[in-house]
Amino acid sequence: MRGQEARDQAERKAIMATLAQSPGDDIARLWSDAGLPSEAELLRGPETGLVTVRGRIGGGGAPFNVGEATVTRATVRLPSGQVGHCYTLGRDKQKARLAAIADALWQEPVHREAVETRLVAPLRAALVEARDRRHAETAATKVDFFTMVRGED
Amino acid sequence: MYVAVKGGEAAIANAHRLLADRRRGDRSVPALRLDQIVEQLALGVDRVMSEGSLYDRELAALAIVQARGDMIEAIFLVRAYRTTLPRFGYTKAIDTGAMLVERRVSATYKDLPGGQLLGPTFDYTHRLLDPELAAGGDVAEPLQRESEAEAMPRVSAILAREGLIEPDGEMSQDHIPGDITREPLEFPMARDIRLQALSRGDEGFLLALGYSTQRGYARNHPFVGEVRIGEVELELDVPELPFAVPLGSVRVTECQMVNQFKGSAKAPPQFTRGYGLVFGQSERKAMAMALCDRALRASELGEDVVAAAQDEEFVISHSDNVQATGFVEHLKLPHYVDFQAELDLVRRMRAEYDARENPAKVEEKREAAE
Repeated sequence: MRGQEARDQAERKAIMATLAQSPGDDIARLWSDAGLPSEAELLRGPETGLVTVRGRIGGGGAPFNVGEATVTRATVRLPSGQVGHCYTLGRDKQKARLAAIADALWQEPVHREAVETRLVAPLRAALVEARDRRHAETAATKVDFFTMVRGED
Repeated sequence: MYVAVKGGEAAIANAHRLLADRRRGDRSVPALRLDQIVEQLALGVDRVMSEGSLYDRELAALAIVQARGDMIEAIFLVRAYRTTLPRFGYTKAIDTGAMLVERRVSATYKDLPGGQLLGPTFDYTHRLLDPELAAGGDVAEPLQRESEAEAMPRVSAILAREGLIEPDGEMSQDHIPGDITREPLEFPMARDIRLQALSRGDEGFLLALGYSTQRGYARNHPFVGEVRIGEVELELDVPELPFAVPLGSVRVTECQMVNQFKGSAKAPPQFTRGYGLVFGQSERKAMAMALCDRALRASELGEDVVAAAQDEEFVISHSDNVQATGFVEHLKLPHYVDFQAELDLVRRMRAEYDARENPAKVEEKREAAE
């Protein structure tokens, strides 16, 4: 794969990850604030189904099935013909539809910057802040061992 | 003979209406919202997700309300709902080493990379009821501490360096993970299938069996190598995209149990392992699962199978609380015809018994009847 193509795929995946992690209400609010176009034909869904979550024996061994999770997916086509996809945990159909449109818009050079700066960047900032806060709260519960010195010096 | 009996429709409809009323309870008390349950009864929600085998907090909360807090009934509702949905596929295996850790403790190493993180634990609380909670007072924000993001390798990786612990459970390269939601259970079963059954198994049942191994039934000298709780990312391979699509994160609890093993004809002395992985925050369940996983590896490790916890067919056949409650609770449904047949049979047997053991009494009875 050529370098540019690989970078594009990594970026597209990172944006899908940000949208999947973000609450649907936040996506909808930023969407209307950013004035992104939401006109799109639904090619599939939004529909809710299951994925089976896999773990590994011992953490790193052979895979096994742990249980299922609800996932909602959507595929859309913009008036320009550009197709976008979304898969996201949960049953939020509006979120899946908007995230699929965002995926399609991002692939169009005219919309890429707006999607990145007005939708994805603020979502990502919120996720990073939440993760950092959680990390710092957990770190406050870290055990600092100290040794009791016994006897004479 | 099976005789169909009709009737009871009105009684059933009225009973369900009464159930709805009792579920709601006193109308002057505000109705519970699902977000209140998700936020404030989070570990109950996690249990329903784990044993219902479906990761979806709102659905688990709805099931808890609908079941009036009866956890097994809620798990049953979730299991039934699952069957109505299409399946999109199997995720890539999660990487618990890359977990956003919220709690991580090891009982085997004091100083391990990443440290001991207590997180939101009941451990070291005094188990005194707190009247202030009943009064609904304000709760302080948690403290924060700045710290560098530090890699947190699984403890098993540290022990592995000395070669004194068995590796993560490998299976042959071409082994496709079994799926008990698609194929009926068959014994003996591979470890991957057993782990799937244990992960959705009843917490109480697995806890009791795990406890039995500690008390000497299939003793296997366990240490908690590590318990970790936190969020892991899910990815799914789909045909329409050239990369695995990220789905979001789920919270899981993982337990690495490390067990002393004196060796057998099949394996040298070393530390062996049991593994637990469950949805949500539930270290009791993950630990019990790991104890049972290790006990069930008896044959593989050349140990004598002497206790219930080592008996695969016994443990796995009885670990599912939806199956168990279905079979136990069906006993209360009408068995009128069955029972009539049994009644006839017992009458006849009793008459034969009396004729044999106490002929005089039978004679008296007959005379009295005449």
